[in-house]
Amino acid sequence: MSELETIHNDAQARIAAAQDLTTLEALRVEFLGKQGSVSALLKTLGKMSPDERQAQAPAIQALRQSVTDALAQRKSVLEAAELEVRLASERLDLTLPAPDAPRGSVHPVSQVMDELAEIFADLGFAVATGPEVEDDWYNFTALNMPESHPARAMHDTFYFPDTAPKGGRMLLRTHTSPVQVRTMLAEGAPVRIIAPGRVYRSDSDATHTPMFHQVEGLVIDKGIHLGHLKWTLETFLKAFFETDDIVLRLRPSYFPFTEPSVEVDVGFAIVDGKRVLGGSGDAAGHGWMELLGSGMVNARVLEMSGLDPNEWQGFAFGVGVDRLAMLKYGMDDLRAFFDGDVRWLQHYGFSAFDQPTLSGGVGARS
Amino acid sequence: MKFSFEWLKYFLETQASVAEISARLNAIGIEVEGLEDPAEKLAGFRVAEVLTAGPHPDADKLQVLTVDTGEGDPVQVVCGAPNARAGMKGVLGLAGAVVPANGMQLRKNAIRGVESNGMMCSTRELELGDDHEGIIELPADAPVGQDFATYHGASPIFDVAITPNRPDCMGVYGVARDLAAAGLGTLKPLRDDVTPGSFPCPVEIRTDDAEGCPAFYGRVIRGVTNGASPEWMQQRLISAGQRPISALVDITNYMMLAFGRPAHVYDLARLTGAVVARRARDGEQVLALNEKTYTLDPSMTVIADDNGVHDIAGIMGGEHSSVTDGTTDVLLEIAYFNPEQIGVTGRKLGLATDARTRFERGVDPAWLDGGLEGLTSLILRLCGGEASDVVRAGSAPSAPKIIAYDPALSARLGGVQVDEAEQRQILAALDFTVSDDWQVTVPLRRHDVEGAADIVEEVVRIHGLEHVQSVPLTGNVGVARPTATPAQVLERKLRRAAAGRGLNEAITWSFLPPAEAEHFASGNGGLWILDNPISEDMKAMRPSLIPGLLSAAKRNLDRGATSLRLFEIGRSYLRGEGGMSGERPTLGVVLAGEKTPRGWAAGKAANFDAFDAKAEALALLEEAGAPVANLMVMDGSGDQFHPGQSATLRLGPKKVLARFGTLHPATLAAFDVDGPVVAVEIFLDAIPARKAAAFARTHYAPPALQAVTRDFAFLVPQALPAGDLLRAVKGAGRDLPWANIVDARIFDLFAGQGVPEGQKSLAVEVTLQPGEKSYKDEEIKAISEKIVAAAAKLGGELRG
Repeated sequence: MSELETIHNDAQARIAAAQDLTTLEALRVEFLGKQGSVSALLKTLGKMSPDERQAQAPAIQALRQSVTDALAQRKSVLEAAELEVRLASERLDLTLPAPDAPRGSVHPVSQVMDELAEIFADLGFAVATGPEVEDDWYNFTALNMPESHPARAMHDTFYFPDTAPKGGRMLLRTHTSPVQVRTMLAEGAPVRIIAPGRVYRSDSDATHTPMFHQVEGLVIDKGIHLGHLKWTLETFLKAFFETDDIVLRLRPSYFPFTEPSVEVDVGFAIVDGKRVLGGSGDAAGHGWMELLGSGMVNARVLEMSGLDPNEWQGFAFGVGVDRLAMLKYGMDDLRAFFDGDVRWLQHYGFSAFDQPTLSGGVGARS
Repeated sequence: MKFSFEWLKYFLETQASVAEISARLNAIGIEVEGLEDPAEKLAGFRVAEVLTAGPHPDADKLQVLTVDTGEGDPVQVVCGAPNARAGMKGVLGLAGAVVPANGMQLRKNAIRGVESNGMMCSTRELELGDDHEGIIELPADAPVGQDFATYHGASPIFDVAITPNRPDCMGVYGVARDLAAAGLGTLKPLRDDVTPGSFPCPVEIRTDDAEGCPAFYGRVIRGVTNGASPEWMQQRLISAGQRPISALVDITNYMMLAFGRPAHVYDLARLTGAVVARRARDGEQVLALNEKTYTLDPSMTVIADDNGVHDIAGIMGGEHSSVTDGTTDVLLEIAYFNPEQIGVTGRKLGLATDARTRFERGVDPAWLDGGLEGLTSLILRLCGGEASDVVRAGSAPSAPKIIAYDPALSARLGGVQVDEAEQRQILAALDFTVSDDWQVTVPLRRHDVEGAADIVEEVVRIHGLEHVQSVPLTGNVGVARPTATPAQVLERKLRRAAAGRGLNEAITWSFLPPAEAEHFASGNGGLWILDNPISEDMKAMRPSLIPGLLSAAKRNLDRGATSLRLFEIGRSYLRGEGGMSGERPTLGVVLAGEKTPRGWAAGKAANFDAFDAKAEALALLEEAGAPVANLMVMDGSGDQFHPGQSATLRLGPKKVLARFGTLHPATLAAFDVDGPVVAVEIFLDAIPARKAAAFARTHYAPPALQAVTRDFAFLVPQALPAGDLLRAVKGAGRDLPWANIVDARIFDLFAGQGVPEGQKSLAVEVTLQPGEKSYKDEEIKAISEKIVAAAAKLGGELRG
């Protein structure tokens, strides 16, 4: 066996047997390092005659190549094995819980108010606001309820000891209707607004809380009549409940600030113990539910709001926001709305990203 | 208001069913709130005859009866009533019937070993009266076997809500009139009995208060017998929920419930001298029929004689002159009182009565003589006696309103086209008079009809609101335009930003217990305190959002919650200018308990601290578009906060945008909450409105060269706020035009070993952004020197 053959065999065997990268590096130095045996053979080429070199060089070069290849190949095998060992040691139990991120929520009342704003914006209604600590004149007198008006007694008003600047007492607004007057006085006509907000009545039982939310609607223009009111309410309710199956029943009623006054009932059926809107209340298995009060704005209210009733007329309506939220989203206890129980808020609340949009549907499905 | 079907039909000739009447009442604005059919309650009870009665073998007080039910063999019934005896007729409930009074279902059973197949009933058990001494005894001619409901004439009872504008419907006759107008039958004319006086009225009747009592009509009836009223009247009163008392009292109640006409009957023997309507004297007292004494003042009208007040006019009679069983001579009073004044008096006295309800809303001014004759006639028929001449003092308003009406208005305002002929017909049926040129004369009883819109309402409600067709609003073509105001956009954005940051939105009461409100009062004119709160705990309007959220947090903690992140967007109720309200839109945040729970990775739980509050405040202000980089952290968060762990965020020294920090232990103690709790309050109206209305952003191209960072550690006085050092460092390169310090942040804070007493070490990472060219070494050096010099001005010294 020639020397070349011996080195070749020795190198191939030992490289193949190397068990780690350190041993492999030592072998590289031994064969290919400056003092290495293959390097030494390469150095002999320089001392040879051209003929000798021609004869010897290919074999020596081939030896160097084969050792280099063997080293590289072995190295990649060992590296792969080493990586495998490392990865195996890095294994995580991914059934362990990830860090909790707190889950925030939007209150159903806020969500519904955003939905109302979205729907009514599409009908051209702006959102108006007014004070809650209100003055007697705006809450009653301007709404055609002078001091001695019996309807005042129906309002269960919270009063403050303070005297209002225009006379009468300061009070907590009993409805959002004062915003009608404020808007007409400030902006004149035509008007198309909704006015959502907190209102107060001195009343507390299973279905009444002393504070609740109402949304007022007001349209003042030329030639507005009860038919427009009916269409607006139908259109709103269909959009809000995302169903075309909404049947309204108008009943004559009485509010001092509208004439004629109309109570609006909506047909429903009981499904799985809950009221589901839809169908005529006169149909079998159905009933009528009182939903909102409305009417054509009383001429006196228009006058007190600075408008000429011979020129302008319009309608107004008011509906409980909490009530709408309960009907749509299935809560059954009004008092829980104002308790701040975080379990309730997380269950009935909405994601920050449930922003109502017309294209995505204003409602957020569970 | 309740009334029986039978009573309604006494006034209304109709073939309509209860259901039809109910539907039409709803349709014309008389809301049916309840419909009760006593026949349903009495199902299973029948007229029966006791054939034999014998002692129970095993009980002294019980008898064993055999009862003829009218069909099949007689049945055996055990009965405890002392009046049960052979030959009597009574009411038997058979197995399956439900006793109205207690809801118990009857079944066959054995009582002390003797089989009993039913129950003989008392009036109380059938809810027909209060008697429970014995079982009902029916007349001998009662047909055995007949269904008792049929025998009894049980009539369905309507319970309707009369709106306050319709006092004319606060009597059954008025309801009947409306139904007749709506085509559901024919209104029967009232009896027009007129009783001529057979002697002069022996009492002087006067009104000295023409304003409070424009009209006072009266007469005397002598020789009456005040027994029980007849069965038909009692049944009607019971159907209305009115307990029968005595004939004279029942008759006045009947006048009120049937015709909406309150009246009063005095015992003449208890009156002295003239009977006069006058103002009460200040401090004058009267013992009223409800056995309470009321102290009156001159704003109130009374009916009085020489000895004093006998009646709080239009509201409640006096005890002294009220009729009794022994009454023989009576004075009748039919008056017209000023509605407004009745309301004022009633509110002042806190006295709500059926009479007040009607007078306050307005009785029919045209029916004083009619009412007095009706009252006379009933008394004479039921109590006998002899009537005097009528005395009429004053007169009720008699000028009718005449309204110019345009029949086209029903379509223009009411949205429904109604034939002119039908409009005339509707108005006539409601007693309006319509001239050829549509001048409409309003019946005096319709105080509510004041203008053309009211006429439209009459026409439309009787014609039927179901005929109103939906008509779209016009004028909104194309994509809807934005309608929200900047303030609304801000609130919506903040709400969703806060929820997105993991906070739960709560809505808490606007009211607080006064002590809690006081704790957060800001002192600008004091709190709004309610005069008539629903409870002491809901008396003061909140001056801040924190107390309500803190109480909500406490309730949650008491329920076992460990981590709370609550927020609310709402108003703080402060004092405004000129006595008006000054409501501030406010965002409140309360973080209580654990920020992170104990866990396998992090170990122990971590509680919220003041920096968590600061993080929420800044993040939300940033979302709100406030110039967060320019905000100053200053003291002045208020007594409710920990003095060393709270601050305000201000834009300039005066404009406070927010306050945040750890709540004061005294605050937590006052609310009984275990701490620490941190809180934020952002004053939304203080956030400057964003000026740029354009959509385009300012121009920006990311720099080509990489930013450079350099670290500095300074020894600074312990008391130096880190923010001051950062501000100084950021401003250091201002006079080197090419030095562009884009950021400086504290990455280490250390005091203790190696740091001299009274000092601390703050390490700052400064980020420099080169422009066109990279920094040269000497440039970096120059900037560094500026930074060190800036720190030195604050007493800072570069650490070696």
